[in-house]
Amino acid sequence: MDISVIYYLVPSLIMFCCGVYGFVTRKNMIAMLISLELMLNSVDINFVVFNRYLFPGQLEGMFFTLFAIAIAAAETALAIAIIINIFRASKNIDVTDITKMKF
Amino acid sequence: MDITLPLLILVIPLFMFLLLGLTGMKMSHKLAGTLGTLGMGTVLVLSYITAFTYFFSGAPEFISQAGDRLQLTVFNVTWLQFSESLVIKLGFLLDPISAMMLIVIPTISFMVHLYSLGYMRDHHGVYEHGFQRFYAFLSLFSFSMLGLVVATNIFQMYIFWELVGASSYLLIGFYYKKPSAVSASKKAFIVTRFADLGFLIGILVLSYYTGTFDFMALTSAPVDGIANVSQVSITTAEGIRNIFETSAAPMFMGASVLTWALVLIFMGGMGKSAMMPLHIWLPDAMEGPTPVSALIHAATMVVAGVYLVARLFPLYLMQEAALDIIVVVGALTAFYAAMVACTQVDIKRVLAFSTISQIAFMMVSLGVARPEFHHGVGYMAGMFHLFTHAMFKALLFLCAGALIHAIGSNDYTAMHGLRKYMPITHITFLIGCLAIAGIIPFAGFFSKDEILTACFGNSTVWYIWMSVVAGLTAFYMFRLYYLIFWWKEHKVHNPEHAPHDQPWTMTLPLVLLAAVSCVAGFVPFGTLVTWNGEPMYAYEGFLTNLKHLDWSVASISLAVAVVAIIIATVMYKKENPLPAKMKNALPALWDWCYHRFYWDELYQFITHKIIFGCISRPIAWFDRHIIDGTMDGLAAVTNKASVAIKGLQSGKVQMYVWFYLAGALLLGAITAICLM
Repeated sequence: MDISVIYYLVPSLIMFCCGVYGFVTRKNMIAMLISLELMLNSVDINFVVFNRYLFPGQLEGMFFTLFAIAIAAAETALAIAIIINIFRASKNIDVTDITKMKF
Repeated sequence: MDITLPLLILVIPLFMFLLLGLTGMKMSHKLAGTLGTLGMGTVLVLSYITAFTYFFSGAPEFISQAGDRLQLTVFNVTWLQFSESLVIKLGFLLDPISAMMLIVIPTISFMVHLYSLGYMRDHHGVYEHGFQRFYAFLSLFSFSMLGLVVATNIFQMYIFWELVGASSYLLIGFYYKKPSAVSASKKAFIVTRFADLGFLIGILVLSYYTGTFDFMALTSAPVDGIANVSQVSITTAEGIRNIFETSAAPMFMGASVLTWALVLIFMGGMGKSAMMPLHIWLPDAMEGPTPVSALIHAATMVVAGVYLVARLFPLYLMQEAALDIIVVVGALTAFYAAMVACTQVDIKRVLAFSTISQIAFMMVSLGVARPEFHHGVGYMAGMFHLFTHAMFKALLFLCAGALIHAIGSNDYTAMHGLRKYMPITHITFLIGCLAIAGIIPFAGFFSKDEILTACFGNSTVWYIWMSVVAGLTAFYMFRLYYLIFWWKEHKVHNPEHAPHDQPWTMTLPLVLLAAVSCVAGFVPFGTLVTWNGEPMYAYEGFLTNLKHLDWSVASISLAVAVVAIIIATVMYKKENPLPAKMKNALPALWDWCYHRFYWDELYQFITHKIIFGCISRPIAWFDRHIIDGTMDGLAAVTNKASVAIKGLQSGKVQMYVWFYLAGALLLGAITAICLM
């Protein structure tokens, strides 16, 4: 049972494009965060797939993915915390309204 | 010799400087002054022990079996090592002249410390602002001056040379709220710095050829069997000369390179010792407190140039051209300063010019010294005069300080007829005047007589010249004396505050220094300090100096001094029109003397019109318009560009993402095109 690498890469690409699309179109920061996670996960899939097909028997890609997941979790927690604080300050998490960090 | 005492002599003043400088403002005035004075008193005792051990203990490291005095390097530690050969050491050299200075410097310094306790406060006993700072600087100066005289190598001497210059600058500008004091301190610093440039070049030339900074390696040979001991040796100096003569280019612009080096080193000495034409800073340095003038600008720092020449004397002997330059410079300066001193009104200025003249005497004395004539009597005489002059000139300055403190003015026109009001100051000042005029048996007689003998041995011209200057010395000192203490009755403005003698802290140093000025002439210098350590004659009791006087010279110089004093007495003892008549008879001469022969105006013209106008202004213009313009232009371009593109940082996160995405896709596309 041999599945071609393309069957993994195409869904991963679709996931990534969805993520990008969501990140640039949604105004809600939680939604943007979810889109971000989507992009990360698609990249994780790529790591695993390429590790499996190019270097069978080795585990670097797998480990890299594990680390990426762990760091993504931490980063999500941080982002959520920031978003909650922004919400407390302005009762709003619309990204177009948060424009204080400009020149 | 044990290392402790010499080390302490240097460390105590440095420690006092740090202590008073860092914590002085937290102390009471009295405590700071007492601490400084006690510190200096300790140094005084230690230096006396060291110097007396050197001169009189007779230990084999100090005096050879033939009776020659030796040079002992007590310690010599590496301070900076740049390469194998370029090593800068700090050490302590004990030889006749440094031992002599170990007596002079702490004595005067201690007297000044004590005197300042009374001087640096007003009539109500309120201390001057910055009293603690004053003592800190005095300690710094004492440390630097002691370090200078005991230097084992010329670079150490240079370091301390600059340190005394810096402390002199700080003390001249002590009244930093007074613009004249500030400009005087700047003038002193800049003029001596300019001279030190020559000194530095001289050091570099000398050490480039010889490969050493060490005085021992330049002028002495080690003594067999005793570590760290050497003896002045003409052979070593000849060896140094041979190094120069056999070098690739022994001549430079018509004179040998060694002569150039020695003359440049002497230029440093000219700056410090206020020889013409670099003398202009010393009269202005009188803006400092009077005790400072006594310590730095009369007794110790200004003789550093003489000391430097004495230190390198065997090398100077190798190049008589350099010695001749010293004689000419010294003789001209001596005469010039004596002429100017005859007309000045400010009593400190008179003393300042007198100092210049007397230091020039020492320089001439070194310049005419030759070993062939009386075992180099000129060298001994120069050092002897340095010693006696330090005592009586410090005395005169401290008397002047007492007068200024009592009257509140530097001008003799405000004094006149003070003898009844300030008897102690009067008597001590008179002793100082007798000593400087060269009246037997006061100190100056013996040393000046030796100098004139040395001049006589060299050439009759210089002998007559210097005798005239000696006469002028007696004249202007007694002119000053009579104008301060006689001339006419003193006008007392307020009977309750009539001028009176000062408190004991101020009169005690006067009395002590006057006593020293009376007996210092009997110190048998010929047996103690000579150019090569070999005594000129044996010690024959208290009257050794009298027995070895050349009476033909002595009686003439005595006669000249007496005549000069009589003239001064006739002219100035009682108010009379004679001085005014003399002034009107030769108005041009008087004018030139009064304006110090317009040297300051000449320098003003050269620096302001020529150097500032033709060199500094164009450079400043170039700096302001070309260099600054380039930098300003760069800044302006950066600024404009930033303003133009700052709208890109909009704070809209999703805008950034679009840009990023577009950029990434573009890069990807370019990569793809390139790969195809």
